[in-house]
Amino acid sequence: MTAYLADVAALARKDLRLELRARDTLPAMVLFVVATLVVFHFALPGGAADDAAYGLLWVALVFTSLLGLGRAWTPETEAGALDGLVLAASDRSTIWLGKTLAALAFLGAAEIVALPAFALFFAPLDGPAVAGVVLASIGLCAVGALVSAMAAAARGREVLLPLLFLPLAIPLVVGGVGSSISPDPGTYLAFLGLYDAVFAILSWAAFEYVVTE
Amino acid sequence: MSITKPSLASLAGLAVVLAGAAVAMIFFVAPEDADQGLSQKIFYVHVPIALTAYAGFGLGAWKALRLLWTRGERYDLESYTGIHQGTIFGALTLITGSIWAKASWGVWWTWSSNQLVLFLVLFLFYCAYFMLRFSIEPGARRERISAVYALFGVALIPVSFFAIRLASDFIHPTVFTREGPQMTGEMFAAFCCSWAAIMLLAYVMYRTELAGKRTDLNLRALREALAR
Repeated sequence: MTAYLADVAALARKDLRLELRARDTLPAMVLFVVATLVVFHFALPGGAADDAAYGLLWVALVFTSLLGLGRAWTPETEAGALDGLVLAASDRSTIWLGKTLAALAFLGAAEIVALPAFALFFAPLDGPAVAGVVLASIGLCAVGALVSAMAAAARGREVLLPLLFLPLAIPLVVGGVGSSISPDPGTYLAFLGLYDAVFAILSWAAFEYVVTE
Repeated sequence: MSITKPSLASLAGLAVVLAGAAVAMIFFVAPEDADQGLSQKIFYVHVPIALTAYAGFGLGAWKALRLLWTRGERYDLESYTGIHQGTIFGALTLITGSIWAKASWGVWWTWSSNQLVLFLVLFLFYCAYFMLRFSIEPGARRERISAVYALFGVALIPVSFFAIRLASDFIHPTVFTREGPQMTGEMFAAFCCSWAAIMLLAYVMYRTELAGKRTDLNLRALREALAR
């Protein structure tokens, strides 16, 4: 168990270190999410209700996570490092978990900028809304790490990833928007937790089949 | 023709007979709906098609699970064909649902019909399945990745269903209900007959497509062997 967690930590650390050195994903995600919010200001009609703005926040978050996930497996596929990782004497699901944690760290960092920016530009965010963002981010990264590994094996991965990812992200958007605007956010948060559990377990179990030849 | 595996032609004939019986029952046996009148008759086609689409997706996922479990190569084509049939019937569900919406609510599309929205999400999901499948080189890896995606589909069905239920609370405070008067015995019989006909038709289509695909693969293997 400790060996498993050590492998996961090593893999996640590798991604974070690569990012610290090259800085090619996180600045793009932060800039993208802020630019999207500015675009939404002009897309929303003048007298639009706050509820509409909360919906747009979720569009921005989903697309920002897509931006990060699109590059998630680039280091592994470019130099053929994935083959090495698959051949390594550790459980293959550690690769998925490490990637999920790294993607979550990037998305979380982008959200640390995006949420205050949203509160500043549009509408205040309360506790349940932030809890919804946290829970939905886990689901986005867990499913996204698996689906982007699938897309990385295919031709035209940049085009394919959104097609694979968006139908799976719809329930997360429902839960996230519900937790920000509903008077009874508990149901939506529980739903997000359920989604995370179901799809994290499924991705964890299925990842091996996606990367092995 | 053996008892264990009836021939495809006899099954196709049975499907035609059942479909004819279903049409007769829908129009002559089942009473007309007091509320919606003639337009309610599409219920006997729309709902069985939707259930058949679920059966196709379920079959595809089951064969995908068998593929991952036993590594049997033949399950790949079976899973793909099941999902293909499911997608065809899913598209038909959207079309018949849209016609019904127009007939009873006066609009071609309504977001307040949870089942229709669910089918739209599933349709998008399974269209992406084909995109994924056809952008990977044929081989063991493609089989596995397609199978994993097919399995995600069956997890997505209940989760999306629940999500759409939840979403209708904040998107539409009032939801149309299709709860007409309780189904009478004749209506239920017509419904079951229609369902059996469509399931059988889907099964015949599945077997035909599978046979065609297998022949295609064998032919290609033969050609390659000859070219060598």
